[in-house]
Amino acid sequence: MNLYAITAIYRFEMARTFRTLVQSIISPVISTVLYFIVFGAAIGSGIQTIDNIHYSAFIVPGLIMLTVLMQSVANASFGIYFPKFLGTIYEHLSAPVSFLEITIGYVGAAATKSFIIGMIILATSFLFVPLNISHPVWMLVLLIINCITFSLLGFIIGILSNNFEQLNLVPMLIITPLVFLGGSFYAIEMLPSFWQTVTLFNPVMYLISVFRWAFFDVADVPLIYSFLATLVFSLICISVIFWIFKTGYKLKS
Amino acid sequence: MSIISISNLSKAYDDRTNALDEVNLEVNKGEIIALLGPNGAGKTTLISTICGLLTHDTGRIKVDGYDTITEYRKTRRLIGLVPQEIMLEPFETVYDTVRFTRGLFGYPENRKFLEDVLQQLSLWDKRNQMIKELSGGMKRRVMIAKALSHNPKILFLDEPTAGVDVELRRDMWNLVDLLKSNGVTILLTTHYIEEAEMMADRVALIDKGKVIFVENKDALMTRMSKKELTIKFKSPITKIPGSLSNYKLVISKDRLSLMYVYDTKASRTGITRLMRDIADTGFVLEDLETSQSSLEDIFVSLIRK
Repeated sequence: MNLYAITAIYRFEMARTFRTLVQSIISPVISTVLYFIVFGAAIGSGIQTIDNIHYSAFIVPGLIMLTVLMQSVANASFGIYFPKFLGTIYEHLSAPVSFLEITIGYVGAAATKSFIIGMIILATSFLFVPLNISHPVWMLVLLIINCITFSLLGFIIGILSNNFEQLNLVPMLIITPLVFLGGSFYAIEMLPSFWQTVTLFNPVMYLISVFRWAFFDVADVPLIYSFLATLVFSLICISVIFWIFKTGYKLKS
Repeated sequence: MSIISISNLSKAYDDRTNALDEVNLEVNKGEIIALLGPNGAGKTTLISTICGLLTHDTGRIKVDGYDTITEYRKTRRLIGLVPQEIMLEPFETVYDTVRFTRGLFGYPENRKFLEDVLQQLSLWDKRNQMIKELSGGMKRRVMIAKALSHNPKILFLDEPTAGVDVELRRDMWNLVDLLKSNGVTILLTTHYIEEAEMMADRVALIDKGKVIFVENKDALMTRMSKKELTIKFKSPITKIPGSLSNYKLVISKDRLSLMYVYDTKASRTGITRLMRDIADTGFVLEDLETSQSSLEDIFVSLIRK
């Protein structure tokens, strides 16, 4: 294992984050505060509680997931797309580095950034609502798993994208709707029965459900389904990345 | 002893263009070999395939005895690559980007070594500057510093002096000399034939994905080189006299000179007899000049064949 290469990529990517602190960290935190104001204070005042949880508190796991998933995809996709765009990817391809090491470097850095943002949002939440996390260790584990899984997805998007438009297309057209329709701001049982069935096909719903369970001990679907969904999604992402590096698709001709 | 061994290497692009066609090439340890050829001949494809940037269809490449596919970690650690185009992360500092490359190649940070590399390339003073703030020439130096950051045994220079100023070109040549004296093997592609003529030990001519020949530069120049004798006269020549008709002389455009091409290796160049015959014609000589065909002339003549 080329640990120096992994460290070099990780360090390089983290340095980018600190160079663009406003865009990387402050901007998502401001967005989250706005969500709190709009959903928690304005709209939430008419809902009061869901499953005996105050609405302002109920939306916290969804808000964290919304930002973390979007940031994971954005960070990882940009991280690998930028060297492709600049042409500096030649260094990675000509260096004694395996696909696994490149992936660990980029995905590790993207997941770290998302995790930091997730924790900042959680800390910010305490300023708005009283929170009592039921399963704090599981909450951290699930947060880390989701950061990694969606960074893997972002990494794939970054490799497959041919331009900046395509880079933004998947997060905008797929991830955002999936997160919004995955119960970020409501319980699934609040939907009409037809939409409840449709939601069962949304993988993000399972992730938000189990994450909310870690906070409040309540879930929309059985936990085993959520864990299975997370596992399957991660395996799919890893397999696709393995295939890309094996074949050189979109990387080598 | 060869450090790079390429056998029956073929590579076709998606549009079925044969970029490399059964290429066989041995690169000796410590030598400078220049790959020459017209645009699209396959020079960059060959370098990129050795480095791992491109996949090949058939054939085999060995670097220092290791296979570039199955033992890529060993082969790639030995190679430094300076690509044709300047490709750098604009918002990184010079030092950080060079350190990054060293890390990618599996080496820990070595400030002293990196300082030496940057000093050699006159970049040490700019180590904390962002790449975007550098001139084109400085960026080119950074590309070289990155390639040298892991102290490679083999250096690929793909058109290293394309579009650079005279000073940088001279610095580059000096650096190549220094690297060669340190035992680094250098594979160079260039459009500047004079560069190859000055630096290379051997020359490989590539055209349409095939290696036309590989030959010692000096031997090639001796074998292919012709000398031309220009005889200048005081007054214009309207017609070559009959006594000189056997010499295949050519009258210059201004009609003040006669050109005589001769083979330096021939047992008799014919110069002595020519001068005697010219004296018999009564023409008054003003000056004599000789010139030797350059590698460029040889290159052009070979490509045209």
